[in-house]
Amino acid sequence: MTDQRPLRVVMVGHVDHGKSTVIGRLLHETGSLPPGKLDAVAAASSRRGMPFEWAFLLDALQLERDQGITVDVSEIRLRAPGRPITIVDAPGHVEFLRNMVTGAAAADAAVLVIDAAEGVRDQTRRHAGLLPLIGHRQVVVAVNKVDLIGFSAERFAALEAELATLLAGLNLTARAVVPVAARDGDNLVAASPRLGWYRGPTLLQALQDWPGPPAAEDQPLRLAIQDVYKFDERRILAGRIESGQLAVGDTLCFSPGERRSRIASIEAWPPGTAPMAAGAGMSVGITLADPIFVERGEIASHEADLPVLTDVFHGRLFWLKPAALGRGDRLTLRLCTQETVAVVEEILAVTDAARLEALGTGAVPANAIAEVVLRCRRVVALDDGRRLPRTGRFVLLDDDGAIAGGGIASPAGHEDLRRRLVRKADNLTEVASHVGRPERARRNGHAGGVLWLTGLSGSGKSTLAGELERRLFDRGCQVFVLDGDNLRSGLNADLGFSPEDRAENIRRAGAVAALMAQAGFICITAFISPYRSDRARARQACGEGFHEIYVQADLATCEARDPKGLYARARAGKIAEFTGISAPYEAPEAPELVVDTAAMGVEEAVDGLVSYVTRVFVK
Amino acid sequence: MDPLTQLEQQSIFILREAFSRLDRIALLWSIGKDSNTLLWLIRKAFFGRVPFPVMHLDTGLEFPETYAFRDALVADWGLELIKDPCPPIEETDPSLPPGARVAARKTLGLRAALARYGFNGIIAGIRRDEQATRAKERVFSPRANDGSWDSRHQPPEFWDQFNTRPPAGSHLRIHPILAWSELDIWRYTEREGIPLVPLYFARDGRRFRSLGEIGITQPIDSTAATIPEIIAELTQTRTEERAGRTMDHEAEDAFERLRADGYM
Repeated sequence: MTDQRPLRVVMVGHVDHGKSTVIGRLLHETGSLPPGKLDAVAAASSRRGMPFEWAFLLDALQLERDQGITVDVSEIRLRAPGRPITIVDAPGHVEFLRNMVTGAAAADAAVLVIDAAEGVRDQTRRHAGLLPLIGHRQVVVAVNKVDLIGFSAERFAALEAELATLLAGLNLTARAVVPVAARDGDNLVAASPRLGWYRGPTLLQALQDWPGPPAAEDQPLRLAIQDVYKFDERRILAGRIESGQLAVGDTLCFSPGERRSRIASIEAWPPGTAPMAAGAGMSVGITLADPIFVERGEIASHEADLPVLTDVFHGRLFWLKPAALGRGDRLTLRLCTQETVAVVEEILAVTDAARLEALGTGAVPANAIAEVVLRCRRVVALDDGRRLPRTGRFVLLDDDGAIAGGGIASPAGHEDLRRRLVRKADNLTEVASHVGRPERARRNGHAGGVLWLTGLSGSGKSTLAGELERRLFDRGCQVFVLDGDNLRSGLNADLGFSPEDRAENIRRAGAVAALMAQAGFICITAFISPYRSDRARARQACGEGFHEIYVQADLATCEARDPKGLYARARAGKIAEFTGISAPYEAPEAPELVVDTAAMGVEEAVDGLVSYVTRVFVK
Repeated sequence: MDPLTQLEQQSIFILREAFSRLDRIALLWSIGKDSNTLLWLIRKAFFGRVPFPVMHLDTGLEFPETYAFRDALVADWGLELIKDPCPPIEETDPSLPPGARVAARKTLGLRAALARYGFNGIIAGIRRDEQATRAKERVFSPRANDGSWDSRHQPPEFWDQFNTRPPAGSHLRIHPILAWSELDIWRYTEREGIPLVPLYFARDGRRFRSLGEIGITQPIDSTAATIPEIIAELTQTRTEERAGRTMDHEAEDAFERLRADGYM
């Protein structure tokens, strides 16, 4: 029995090669049209002084009727017996390529429509060239208007050969090349007597024979976390299984945070409908056995097959924006529910999609295809797009929405940061100290721990850290301020100020602070540390005794203080990615303490901190 | 996965994206079969809750059965209902045909509600197969300040990476059931046991296939008194779902004009 699963089919091809006519006539031949629709189209056609125009069926918007071109994606269902088929009509006009991509990305199957008399044209190449990037591996080709070549088998064969060359170069396979005369209905649904020499399927048959997608359940698990709900006593992680399957009791690793816990339950409504397992395509809600920190953007996997962690990768993308993409450009990158800023570090190759010619390695013009190296501001979890398409593709956006999409060609050649971020050696045995933390606490008169001050530049972190260190020391505490600049002159001398080096700087600072806490010290740090994920990692390194202290002051106040003159330089464009000006600050969601330095003076703030330390460290 | 579950799961994904990315959202609830399905999907997405207000753009012209159904469901499901009355017909564009002017009151009502409550996301239960201009919609569709829709310059939308940034001072329309068909809605309503206004079921040889206001929605001839009978009827018919909606047929572009101006 043939596949009965619904199939969404996109029609692509050069403008005027007859996509909308193929669809209109296909609807008519399959009896899918409501009564009166043909009359309405005839009336609309004659009102505009045109012969009967099938395209009016789909080109419902006024603009399209007047200009005779499809502007946006339209959808309509066929009522043929057998498999349910939805047709997506995508515009052939080059200006509307963004809409063609929208249509093609939503489809399971693609039909490339080519005018038999005109042959392969710019948009034929462009659309065919984009299909593999959008995720299509196969096409059905409809060679339309074969009446214009006199239903000639020879001329059809010549065109078929030309197409074979084109598609082979693009890694696209033609499931069928069907000669059709759409205006008259030849070979759309029924085999045409005028094309007796043709032995292949009709267009409808070729679509009904289209194989279903490969079973994503059999691939490694990737659960993309969308949100964390606390509507009641349950803490539910909501997300979609992009591939693989999960079951209650499984241990999951959440990347890039690299925290692990067991699935305690799968939640669902109405009551009594919760399954014990779920597979690819399901939007699930799970609860975990441990209260670990998980947020939107993390990808959950099984230990046996984890995603790659990296902040730099090769991508092959299509570029949809009128303005060219250049080296150094900064864009929003989304990969499943992960979002970060990415910089175009290198442009390796640019291809003119309409002529399929190389354009060198300069800027990427509108509607071109390019191979680029993207460097992300933070570490992301991803896969090779050829292996796991859904976690191996990305979208770039600007303020108006998506402007590029692409596949992760290969993270090869770039280090999988998991080794660096988690730990390189796996033959480590943690050596327990002969002196326990409680013993040290008894001798010092206070517990060891970390006071992690975070806030904008100029919020008062360093001032507070210094004053607090003096006051605590004078009270007999073992206290030490871990200074960023001091670290950079020694331990972190190999690090610069690139996003990944900044992340590494914070990671090392967190590790050092954790050691000092174990040694019984109250370690105060004063890093801007703008990213929640970096601070969460520091918290994880430290374990108990970590106190996140949000040194709060609004941007205007900080900028007015500007103790190091940094804001002035950032405003003048002399410092790139300055937190608060050109880079984000992610305020803590649940800090242990908030110190509002805009509202109180240094003395008052330090008093507050001392009393906090006394409360939590001195038992 | 069966096709209905596939649609359901995709809609839940969309709803959770909207809830995660936008901080002030509301459901536009027409109390018809589509927005009831949407309400059901919302409860599935949020584990039994409807964690934002539902808004009925009330023209005062609904059928008594519709009002009774609305109030019963609000009580049963604990919905936070906004039911501000729509501005009168005199305030609508007089160049529109009469049926469209009745519908345009809802556009004005929505505009007023947006201004009053400051929503940056409005969830609406429109479907692509209902009407040709709706077929062109995006799942996340930006609207201008006055609610109008620029169908000619829509941002691309692919791989479920929606445009979740509302335009400055305005809002996004979110369409979680855009990919569903009329038959999908009925099959799902039957499978899940979703409650409905009784006017959808035939009485004295007539029933409502598309439910709107008194005066601008006409019933169809039908004997289908149960959901299986309605499904059987729909698999046979080739008449359009909105054939009973006056405003769609008054002029070639009447509905398109309504939608460009902010109608759902």
